[in-house]
Amino acid sequence: MQQSVAEIRRLIARHKFWDYAFAIVGMICLMVGILVLLSLFADLARTGAPRLTPAFFTSFPSRMAEEAGILSAWVGSVLVMVVTACAAVPLGVAAAIYLEEYAPKNWMTAIIEINVTNLAGVPSIVYGLLALGLFVYILGFGQSILSAGLTLALLILPVVIVATRESLRAVPGSIREAAYALGATRWQMVSDHVLPYSSAGIMTGIIMGLSRAIGETAPIITIGALTFIAFLPNSPISPEFPFVNAKWLMDPFTVMPIQMFNWTSRPEEEFQLNAAAAGVVLLAMTLAMNAVAIYLRYRIRKKIKW
Amino acid sequence: MSASVQATLKAEAKDLNFYYGDFKALKGISIPVHDKKITALIGPSGCGKSTFLRCFNRMHDLYPGNRYEGEITLNPDNVNILSPKVDPIEVRMRISMVFQKPNPFPKSIFENVAYGLRVRGINKRSVLEEKVEVALQNAALWNEVKDRLHDLAFNLSGGQQQRLCIARALAIDPEIMLFDEPTSALDPIATASIEELMDELKDRFTILIVTHNMQQAARVSDFTAFMYLGEVVEYNDTKKIFTNPDKQQTEDYITGRFG
Repeated sequence: MQQSVAEIRRLIARHKFWDYAFAIVGMICLMVGILVLLSLFADLARTGAPRLTPAFFTSFPSRMAEEAGILSAWVGSVLVMVVTACAAVPLGVAAAIYLEEYAPKNWMTAIIEINVTNLAGVPSIVYGLLALGLFVYILGFGQSILSAGLTLALLILPVVIVATRESLRAVPGSIREAAYALGATRWQMVSDHVLPYSSAGIMTGIIMGLSRAIGETAPIITIGALTFIAFLPNSPISPEFPFVNAKWLMDPFTVMPIQMFNWTSRPEEEFQLNAAAAGVVLLAMTLAMNAVAIYLRYRIRKKIKW
Repeated sequence: MSASVQATLKAEAKDLNFYYGDFKALKGISIPVHDKKITALIGPSGCGKSTFLRCFNRMHDLYPGNRYEGEITLNPDNVNILSPKVDPIEVRMRISMVFQKPNPFPKSIFENVAYGLRVRGINKRSVLEEKVEVALQNAALWNEVKDRLHDLAFNLSGGQQQRLCIARALAIDPEIMLFDEPTSALDPIATASIEELMDELKDRFTILIVTHNMQQAARVSDFTAFMYLGEVVEYNDTKKIFTNPDKQQTEDYITGRFG
């Protein structure tokens, strides 16, 4: 039985109603998310703006809100991130390469795979407790930059492993076969081909992990970071040979989110301005890292299209 | 076998069985591969021709659950390249392969051709430059790319990419070259240039080619094996196969009655 043209048109109109309806609902959902975030950020920026002076970056915390700054906090954050990256990147990338390219596919690697993904969902305070026992007491690193960096490295390790594996998997099998067919060993195939071709994705994963780590507060408080610190760690660079030293690794420290937490918990109104200003700086750091990730991905992807 | 066979044997499959897990994909295959000749493998999809080809460079070793039985002997040393005692990497260094779809590395044209040489430990710039040029000339690509050797290989057309892959496989001076349906992803003009190229290469290289295009087999090859359901139905001089095959099944296939 054939439908008349008028019937078909009515049918299409009815179907299209839902099409438009979803488009509108979807747009509202998107706007709710974006507008809330934007207004929060705008409010933070407006509140913190008067404190965002050069002196804010070069001053230690102080009992006087107007004189207090984030020098020890941002230096601490940077140094902790250095330790985190140095630990998480080689461990995570190597583990991912092993799992993806070397490990036999059996029930044991399947269990490991599932659990690596699950580890990404473990609450960060649990990592803090683990680190308090392992790094601070058993290994005796104390409440130091080293302990904090390693703690955050553990925290982001699953993120790095998962991102690396996904990037490795994106390299087509035909490229692997091309390398093998020329007589490459597995390691030559990985190091000459798969790893360089997936570097954009790996880089993005690392930076996403680090930008998560830089905002973490709970595990750092658990291992005992100071909340008020009026001196800098030893400098990693020294004027005499060998120009670098490792003393800073063992120094006490604070980081940006802890400094913020400290200020927000003060009763004085003026410290709230400092907290807002520090929040703006922390957000800017995170956004800058993400921007680097996007740029790297764009630049490397331009050369590689499967 | 016909009188035109005076060539020496480069390799020989002897009662070769191959299993993907429990599935027996190749059943008792025995054919010779003549030196400096083109041998074509034809047959309908799923007949095992690519599977057979990939035995020659032990590609199946890359995936778990695959198993060989029987032998493929490679001359002059008469070694069974399927033996577990023979390192598949050694086999792949002697026998190179061109794949169905062009698969250049996302590197420069130069580095693509040079990679096989680098794997062999050749890193001296002057040697690499010379060998890359010769390989590109042999692959009839030199004139098109000589001014942009350091451009990305992905910027080449599909046909050029496939000739680049041929140059990459040529550069290492292989004893046998395997072609796995090398023109199936290419347009007719690019296909013609690849066929022309194979014709030029056959004086210097031993070539084994899988093709689903019977005209191609008839045009380029000296010998042809017709495979069906994992078995070689008929192996013969190409002229004989296409003009007066011994088996009815072969005739049905080449005249387009099935497949």
